Amino acid sequence: MKQSQIDVIEAADLPKKTKDDLIAYIGEKDLSDETFNAIMDRINIEYANSRIEPCEAVGIIAAQSIGEPGTQMTMRTFHFAGVAEINVTLGLPRLIEILDARKIPSTPSMTIYLQDEYCCDREKAREVSWQIEAAHLSEFGEIVTDMLDMKVRVRINRDVCKKRKITIEEIFERAPRKIRDKNHYRDFECEEDLADACLTFIPKDQDSYQNLFALAENVRKVIVQGIDDIERVVVRKENEEYILYTEGSNLKDVFEVEGVDTTRTRTNNIAEISDVLGIEAGRNAIIDEALNTLREQGLDVDVRHIMLVADMMCIDGEVKQIGRHGIAGEKESVLSRASFEVTVNHLLDAAVANETDILEGVTENVIVGQPIQLGTGDVKLIAKKN
Amino acid sequence: MTSPKRVGKIEFGLLSPKDIRKMSVRKIIWADTYDDDGFPYPQGLMDLHLGVIDPGLRCKTCGNKASECPGHFGHIELAKPVIHVGYTRLIRKLLRVTCRNCGRLLLSTDEISKVLGPEDERNDDTISEKDIKKERVCPFCGEQQLKINFEKPTTFSEVMLDENGKKNEQKLTPADIRARLEKIPDEDLRLLGINPAVARPEWTCLTVLPVPPVTMRPSIILENGQRSEDDLTHKLVDIIRINQRFKENQDAGAPQLIIEDLWELLQYHVTTYMDNEVAGCPPARHRSGRPLKTISQRLKGKDGRFRGSLSGKRVNFSSRTVISPDPNISIAQVGVPLAIANEMSFPIRVTPFNIDEVRAMVLTGPNRPTLNSPCGANYAIRPDGRRVRLTDQTKENIAEMLEPGWTVDRQLRNNDVVLFNRQPSLHRMSIMAHHIVIMNGRTFRLNPAVCTPYNADFDGDEMNLHVPQTEEARAEAELLASVTENILSPRFGGPVIGAIHDHISGIFLLTHEKRWFNKSAVLYLLMNSLPEHLPKPDKVENGVEYWTNKQIFSMILPDDLNMVYRSSSCLNCAKCKHEKCAEIPNADNNNSIQDAYVKIVDGNLVCGTIDKKSIGAMAGVILQRIIRTHGLERGRQFVDDVTKLAIRGIMYDGYSFGIDDEDLTKNEYGMISEALDKAEDDVERLIRSYEAGTLEPLPGRTLEETLEMNTMQVLGKARDSTGKIAGGHLGLSNSAVVMAVSGARGSMLNLTQVAGCVGQQAVRGARINRGYEGRTLPHFKKGDKGATAHGFVRNSYKSGLTPTEFFFHAIGGREGLVDTAVRTSQSGYLQRRMINALQDLKVGYDGTVRTSGGRIIQFKYGEDSTDPAKGCAGDPVDVKGIVESILKEEVRK
Repeated sequence: MKQSQIDVIEAADLPKKTKDDLIAYIGEKDLSDETFNAIMDRINIEYANSRIEPCEAVGIIAAQSIGEPGTQMTMRTFHFAGVAEINVTLGLPRLIEILDARKIPSTPSMTIYLQDEYCCDREKAREVSWQIEAAHLSEFGEIVTDMLDMKVRVRINRDVCKKRKITIEEIFERAPRKIRDKNHYRDFECEEDLADACLTFIPKDQDSYQNLFALAENVRKVIVQGIDDIERVVVRKENEEYILYTEGSNLKDVFEVEGVDTTRTRTNNIAEISDVLGIEAGRNAIIDEALNTLREQGLDVDVRHIMLVADMMCIDGEVKQIGRHGIAGEKESVLSRASFEVTVNHLLDAAVANETDILEGVTENVIVGQPIQLGTGDVKLIAKKN
Repeated sequence: MTSPKRVGKIEFGLLSPKDIRKMSVRKIIWADTYDDDGFPYPQGLMDLHLGVIDPGLRCKTCGNKASECPGHFGHIELAKPVIHVGYTRLIRKLLRVTCRNCGRLLLSTDEISKVLGPEDERNDDTISEKDIKKERVCPFCGEQQLKINFEKPTTFSEVMLDENGKKNEQKLTPADIRARLEKIPDEDLRLLGINPAVARPEWTCLTVLPVPPVTMRPSIILENGQRSEDDLTHKLVDIIRINQRFKENQDAGAPQLIIEDLWELLQYHVTTYMDNEVAGCPPARHRSGRPLKTISQRLKGKDGRFRGSLSGKRVNFSSRTVISPDPNISIAQVGVPLAIANEMSFPIRVTPFNIDEVRAMVLTGPNRPTLNSPCGANYAIRPDGRRVRLTDQTKENIAEMLEPGWTVDRQLRNNDVVLFNRQPSLHRMSIMAHHIVIMNGRTFRLNPAVCTPYNADFDGDEMNLHVPQTEEARAEAELLASVTENILSPRFGGPVIGAIHDHISGIFLLTHEKRWFNKSAVLYLLMNSLPEHLPKPDKVENGVEYWTNKQIFSMILPDDLNMVYRSSSCLNCAKCKHEKCAEIPNADNNNSIQDAYVKIVDGNLVCGTIDKKSIGAMAGVILQRIIRTHGLERGRQFVDDVTKLAIRGIMYDGYSFGIDDEDLTKNEYGMISEALDKAEDDVERLIRSYEAGTLEPLPGRTLEETLEMNTMQVLGKARDSTGKIAGGHLGLSNSAVVMAVSGARGSMLNLTQVAGCVGQQAVRGARINRGYEGRTLPHFKKGDKGATAHGFVRNSYKSGLTPTEFFFHAIGGREGLVDTAVRTSQSGYLQRRMINALQDLKVGYDGTVRTSGGRIIQFKYGEDSTDPAKGCAGDPVDVKGIVESILKEEVRK
């Protein structure tokens, strides 16, 4: 391909992807200027033809384009997303979840990528996973409920500690603190025996077996290593690198774990992404999640529709629901809100606040019986070309 | 048609007692409606001043008859104020944030500035209940504030502490509340987000009640001559009765207790009159026990005023009937029964240029004799707007009188534009404009190729047809909504209209490999597309000319079409064999019978089979390319041609499918049986290792889960292997295989289930585990974990299921049914919410996407201003297609 032709392509008023595609497809071929110009002409014509027209009701088209395939989706809630071990909500329930802007998805899950020095070594990947996966105290040693002395004894297994890269001191420090702070259980005292690697918990109330068992339960369940919200981590090898899949999600804490590649790691909790990384990241997360949900069902939907929905949800700087408690409930028009849901309350409140409906939207104009301000209804004056 | 006057805006506010009295035409004092002669009582609820509903009477206010009188409001003077239920929360808030003595907001000026910012920088923010501490002292008059309790639905009380510190609740009557609300100064109300000019808070305690016009609550006369009053009238009768009794007792100086009881009763009736579904208040009931439908209930919900009557309206000029297929009409046409065409009409204005034509129509009258005779007319509208029905008696007379200025409702005739619709209307392709073809019979006729966008089939579906009534509407229907314009879906930028089912099998059989046809066969196949001339025959044998099947298909392609792609029957060989793929199988290349490498050069199909990917609905790459290079109209033409050719093609060879098409030989049955035996043995082995405790659990799974997953996997593989055995035996000579390979209908999995083995039945993705204690059915031992005991169907549909298998199959099948039922309601609601959230967005002339209020949502639609309906599968330009069509060879990145 001649340099002059590349220059022509670069200079053309076309999107970057089109230019790149064109250069890639022509590749090494040596084209005559005539053929090249024919190609460029056709591309320019097609590009001009594909521009969106003013007054197009893009919102309705986007809503239909996402809603219509919704009827073809399966309800099957669980599916094994690549990893047989981890369940993820998919299909219509997941799509509804995304558009509802739920604070916590029904199956939070993360895909954690590792930095270069960790991602190719199974052992190192495993080490990172231990820093992330929430581990109960019971995994580190034997827990004995001594009903004779009214005590709960934990004998830590040093081998496990060594394997999981945690010192006994750390466990001793964390276990009682976490029981107090996270589990909100405070009626006990604690004795440490470093030499014997033994931790003893003594309930304050020495007469109640009920308390002793409650304490034992708390001791067993206390999380001494990893991140609280992440219940399970599965390490998998994909394309020559190890990736961690998790059940449960906590983006902020995972980002602080050493070895995690923060640029690629992601979660399916959109609210979390927008909190930690900002609203633009939240918007991209909505687009990705919605698109993936639709793709997984074999439904083809143009990104532009999903982008519009995502932009609408994020326009105020926070992720807003599609529906009564979000966009539809905060519209300017009283009539439009009233005809969606909770009709009477909207009307009553509008009266007290002396709201006026300027009849610009679709529903309002349908209600009063005049042409809507979209498409051909929006054209007030037509100028003749030339 | 734009109406000359536009409603500019609608303002909302409260009615003050003064307003109510001003707009009232009559004070209503009698609870009775009609006297014994059936005449309305003066000053009763059906007073003639409030409008008339009986034909013949005239309204005493405006003098109009029932049809013209819009109705007028009356009013009832309430003995004592009552609270408006809708505003209890507002009243509660106001009582809590204002002083009980002086009525001012319980915040000093400084505190207000702290909450809302300095006076000159304030926006629309308002003070909320939370900004004010409870039970504080008024900063203005120093009065100690008391806690206000609110009890649903309408009771307010103050909590006082007596000397002993004991709580003592004192009820606030609506009159007390009203007095308090009156004291709140206007400036303070503005801070609370209330505009005192239109909504003084004391107006929420009603002293006078508007009586809606009778037109809003018409009474109906039952068959036995009895009048049945509207629910609202019933409620108003109650209110007036109690109000009257209240007044009498008050005047007579009745004891406080009785007054209070009556007051509460009046409050109850006014409450239920406004809203009969208030929490904490028993609904008022009709004599029959049915709860009354009062004002709130009229507005609310799907069939309420807003969603039922204002946003959704009923129309004239529509018809509905069953649809049936007709592959011989174009996709842009619809067959309409003569009976419907005679009934529906389009108004045409009589001008000097068409008066003769219109007169002929009028003379034909309402009954058009035959299908092909010119259309008649149903009504003539005189210049003064009077409508005259045309009958066989009147038609001559009217034809005589006809002159320019009249309008005539002409019956439908061939090629009229109509809108055709099938519910649920989920996307814009659910309503498309068709040209009508008048036909015999009683059903709408539809080309099967347009079934996809409507999601229609012919198992009894009904569809609606609407006739646009103005020239503008017809033009818009034709230009924006026609089938031709809607071939490309805005959802993914590809064709939604295209060949389905037999079209695909037909074109597949016709174009697969290479065949030759003599002239009469060629003309038979192409008889619906009528090419101008035939190309040079491919070969001449014994003086007879022969054309290839690929030549025949090429006849319907545009001459300058160039494309290269792989069809849906492509096996995705590791290394593509390109044109070799098309070679006729012989000893050397018996794998290359796919003929899946499609190459079209200058409108000639060089090699490859046409199937779903080429012309199918939702796929159709050839169709898409034709539309991009030759326009939508040529695309429509292509769909018409290709579907007709396909049907001729399938009819030429004949095509059938029956149960014996799935017969296998003993050999295959043996292999299938063997494979299944092996799988069942494997499952047994798994169970044994599980019981022995030697089963290695998968990471993060329990032993049971691991066993289940492994079993499912083994059985799934076993089913697939039976499919392979069956598929290996049944080649392309088998109809089911043709359908599966070409993408017409069904898949190899369906074939597997019919011929090989139905496989594992699942509920929620797991084997069937429900039923009796420890077992699914009494036929099995408790704790049996084997394949058959948990829903593995070993038989095929053809061999027949055993009773237990059949039962398990029904369990699995039921899940699918439930799934569909739940899904439709959920996705319907999702769609409604999305439409409501996004309906006002439009692209501005500057390329931005804005809401109706002018807020910018996107600066450039979709970040590149590309219309998804005009783009190519997401890209603005089909680069690969253009390069390939000009270079005439396949290109790759």
